[in-house]
Amino acid sequence: MRTISNVVCPFCGSLCDDIEVDVEDNRIVKVRRGCAISVTKFTKYNEERIYKPRINGKEVSLEEAIDEAVKILANAKYPALYGWSSTSTEAINIGVEIAELIGGVMDNTASVCHGPTIIGEQDAGISTCTLGQVKNRADLIIYWGCNPVHAHPRHMARYSAASKGRFIKGRKERKVIVVDVRKTHTAKTADIFIQVKPNSDYELLTALRWAVKNGELEQEEISGIPAEKIEELADMLISCRFGALFFGLGLTMSAGKARNIEAAVALVRELNNYTKFVMMPMRGHFNVTGANEVMAWATGFPFAVDFSRGYPFYNPGDTTFVDVLTRGDCDAALIVASDPVSGFPAEAIRNLAKIPVITLDHHETLTTTISKVVIPTTVVGIETEGSAYRMDAVPLRLKKLVEPPPGIPSDEEVLKMILKKLKERVK
Amino acid sequence: MIKVILITGRSLDQGISKELGKFSKEYMEKVAICELDPEDLKTLGVSPGQNVKVKTKYGEVIIKAIESTQAPHKGIAFIPYGPWASILMPPATESTGMPSLKGVEATIEPATDEEILDPKKLIKMIVGREP
Amino acid sequence: MELLIKNGYVYDPINKIDGEKMDIAVKDGKIVESVSSSAKVIDATNMLVMPGGVDIHSHIAGSKVNSGRILRPEDHYKDVKPRTAITRAEVGHTVPSTYTIGYRYARLGYTTVIEAASPPLKTRHTHEELNDIPLIDKSCYLVLDNNWIVLDYLSQGEINKCAAFIAWILKALKGYAIKIVNPGGVELWGWGKNVESLDDQVPPFDITPREIIRGLCKVNKILNLPHTIHVHTNNLGKPGNYRTTIETMDAVGDLANGRPNIHITHVQFCGYAGYSWITLRSGAPEIAKYVNNHPHVTIDLGQIVFGEATTMTGDGPFQYILHNLTGNKWKNADVEAEGSAGIVPYKYRRKNMVNAIQWSIGLELALLIKDPWRLFLTTDHPNAGPFTEYPRVIAWLMSTKAREKTMEKINKRAKKRGVLASIDREYTFYEIAIITRAATAKALNLENKGHLGVGADADISIYNINPMEIDPSKEYKKVRRALKRAAYTIKGGEIIVKDGEIVKSFIGETFWVKPTMSKDLEREVLKEVSEKFKEYYTVSLENYVIGESELASSKPITVKTNF
Repeated sequence: MRTISNVVCPFCGSLCDDIEVDVEDNRIVKVRRGCAISVTKFTKYNEERIYKPRINGKEVSLEEAIDEAVKILANAKYPALYGWSSTSTEAINIGVEIAELIGGVMDNTASVCHGPTIIGEQDAGISTCTLGQVKNRADLIIYWGCNPVHAHPRHMARYSAASKGRFIKGRKERKVIVVDVRKTHTAKTADIFIQVKPNSDYELLTALRWAVKNGELEQEEISGIPAEKIEELADMLISCRFGALFFGLGLTMSAGKARNIEAAVALVRELNNYTKFVMMPMRGHFNVTGANEVMAWATGFPFAVDFSRGYPFYNPGDTTFVDVLTRGDCDAALIVASDPVSGFPAEAIRNLAKIPVITLDHHETLTTTISKVVIPTTVVGIETEGSAYRMDAVPLRLKKLVEPPPGIPSDEEVLKMILKKLKERVK
Repeated sequence: MIKVILITGRSLDQGISKELGKFSKEYMEKVAICELDPEDLKTLGVSPGQNVKVKTKYGEVIIKAIESTQAPHKGIAFIPYGPWASILMPPATESTGMPSLKGVEATIEPATDEEILDPKKLIKMIVGREP
Repeated sequence: MELLIKNGYVYDPINKIDGEKMDIAVKDGKIVESVSSSAKVIDATNMLVMPGGVDIHSHIAGSKVNSGRILRPEDHYKDVKPRTAITRAEVGHTVPSTYTIGYRYARLGYTTVIEAASPPLKTRHTHEELNDIPLIDKSCYLVLDNNWIVLDYLSQGEINKCAAFIAWILKALKGYAIKIVNPGGVELWGWGKNVESLDDQVPPFDITPREIIRGLCKVNKILNLPHTIHVHTNNLGKPGNYRTTIETMDAVGDLANGRPNIHITHVQFCGYAGYSWITLRSGAPEIAKYVNNHPHVTIDLGQIVFGEATTMTGDGPFQYILHNLTGNKWKNADVEAEGSAGIVPYKYRRKNMVNAIQWSIGLELALLIKDPWRLFLTTDHPNAGPFTEYPRVIAWLMSTKAREKTMEKINKRAKKRGVLASIDREYTFYEIAIITRAATAKALNLENKGHLGVGADADISIYNINPMEIDPSKEYKKVRRALKRAAYTIKGGEIIVKDGEIVKSFIGETFWVKPTMSKDLEREVLKEVSEKFKEYYTVSLENYVIGESELASSKPITVKTNF
């Protein structure tokens, strides 16, 4: 038995890198420090595992599956390449080259997660930092429209509310505010809970900014919150030494979407006139940030990149995958390390099921069940090493802890094989 | 029947169970659910554990009603991310790429005798053929 | 593989060759004495031949650059080129994609470029982007002056331990030199504050910017690093800051021993006289005077070019000020225990008085500083303008007529705020070769770059311009055109550009330094560092370190230190 320390967990955007695992007989037998989700992933990743490639449900060799995938992609007029957030940066990089070669549209899961955050940032900018800056300095933390107890379980202890840094020694030296539509488990740990009315975050953010700038509000109540409460909150925000706003899909998915982010950006920007304030999106998948980074350095754009003109083109709402599917524009799809059938609106799924789909994943998902070609791949961060970017864009290296099942390649290897064969067919 | 605003999102159980597999018993148990405020449950006349039909302009689905541990949130129903939630969602993204996965208007009515569809049956319902 | 470049007019200042008609022989990627008759011949008759360009300061890779790309989709729409069989699609104007950067530098005849500022915690990102920049050889400077561990050691007077830490970090993160950005100021930006003078306190460290600069200068001497400390001064962008710049240069004058020991970067941004934007004047004459009289200093220009730019620096507080000045969107990204970065789009306008004075300042510096070996051509890409405009800057330096033409179009009041109109110096091709290749390679101590002597890397640029017949003063447009698209660019003996088109693509080398250090000293310092890591950082020390295999093509350079 051997113990591997400083393991980077391949689950969520927290990308905790202090996990310790015991490996025996090529199996992970113990996980230390991981949250419940982390432990499950490290110990149960072989559940519903796929061991052999399939075409139309029938088992085939890897070469046959790749040839079929290449044929589908080469013949497609407007192929879509989607997913990417749960694999290595190296694999995603190959994906970009494939998408460019075949003139397809490449999108990653940010478009249904923090895509609106990126859109808001592109309009209005953002004041942010790495997580350690919060750990070391923040004496006031807001969680707005996110629920770290459930979605980023170790975030509060490792990076935010309860973390211990150089200047702030723990939870007692911080004020924690939670803004949400329900009194979540995260809200129950807060000093102040603001129960905002659903679909009214934009108004509340704007009112808060007004109160910061002018002190007093004209209305009695905004978004279900009494004016005095908002004014009190504004005072707290101004008088902190270092404030950090963590926000999640409560802002990106509810009415306003990207505009909610702009309102939050404007509030934080205004606060920087009085004190130091930052904001950070709670990124979901462990390498969605990496997908944005590599797509941006290779194409200029972080998601929703269309190559049909031979050069990158970006237009959210037009080149984003849900929209491409809903319009029925793409005639083939390559899905890597993602399960859109699980999460997309029905109309989009219906159209996805009409076209030939190639899926790379390690276990059965709803997407594999409608795929023409399924190619099983290794689990990045457990069976394959690779690069991944944390929610604050800090890049880390995922480790290989055990050997994959014999004959199963990594996403990167499969994509390289597909790229090589495509290059022979497409000039 | 009650009118609610639907919120979909992550939960610890949803995260754990999806690593166990999307076709696992645990996934269906933890994700094909609708968390309701105790007062809303009372108004609806449904006991925790009984099935309900959730309907939006875009689709309908049978899931299990449970009492929320993250209350109060009268008038808001929470369904974890997953295929049961997705059926109810609008495809329009308002030029952002993001469908409105939070804040959609829905109605909920008791459906104690109706069956929760497993993922394979759900897909068949959406796609019109066996997966 | 053998090449023979025949009959070109060669400018190789390191070897004192000034427009001599001579052949250059290449074999297996190196310059050699002669080659066999089976060598491929390039006819460089009536053409100008120089070593490949060496850019000592450019923002080409890493978190800050990528933030700029993501922030500015509007930058990418109009400047595009579809993919070809040899090249990836190109996109972006001031913040182009990695592939675009490599191809564009190659077309200019540049073959070595250094990323000017990489925050240590995110340097893995810098390397991943450098890996994807084709053709050029590259490296990166590590920003170290607001680093908590460095500040701990310096404030405790532990110079040797500080040097050991920096030796370790350069080796661990594969960097080339010590970068300093607004020392002390960026640490205070962690609280939303800044410094205003070299002698301000930086709590809680009990240290001043002056002490940080001197400390790191001493460290640099101990480590015997190939490049000097590379400094972005305090008070950048502030009217009156030329005084801070001179003070900064003067702060380490006593530590020099005949050779340069400090490099001040993008001095244009640090050369402002006057006391407000309305009273802004050029501080170039004062700075030039100091540089002329003090051989321990090198500088690079940061010359502005009118048009779109994207400002991006590690000077968090300055970028915030710029945002407030312009109202343009602003991205700020602090890095725990190390520093910050800020990005603000900007446009330099001819009719804007301040921009016109800024334009003037950069050129004045270049024309008033006498020793071209201590002055380097940059636009601090993309802060003062994209690097693709280097030929435009060269034209201004070589031709008073080019300068006058531009001066006719700029804000009229700016003329009186500087001395540019009174200068009639014109750079020669030899001097241009110095400030774009020879001097920069020398300042970086890259023995095999920046010259065409036997043994040098065969990085060569050939331009379709006859230096014997052309009068650059009058025909500056021809110069500009020729320098924009090389007739040939050769990298490591391979022809990569022909008539301004990329004909071959591959990945160059990422070089970095490995300072020698006793195992005991390293062990002692790492023990202390790993304790600090637990408190200061949110990653483990083990995961902080970058493996050599993470570099696509790694070229370590062992440096013998003076411990």
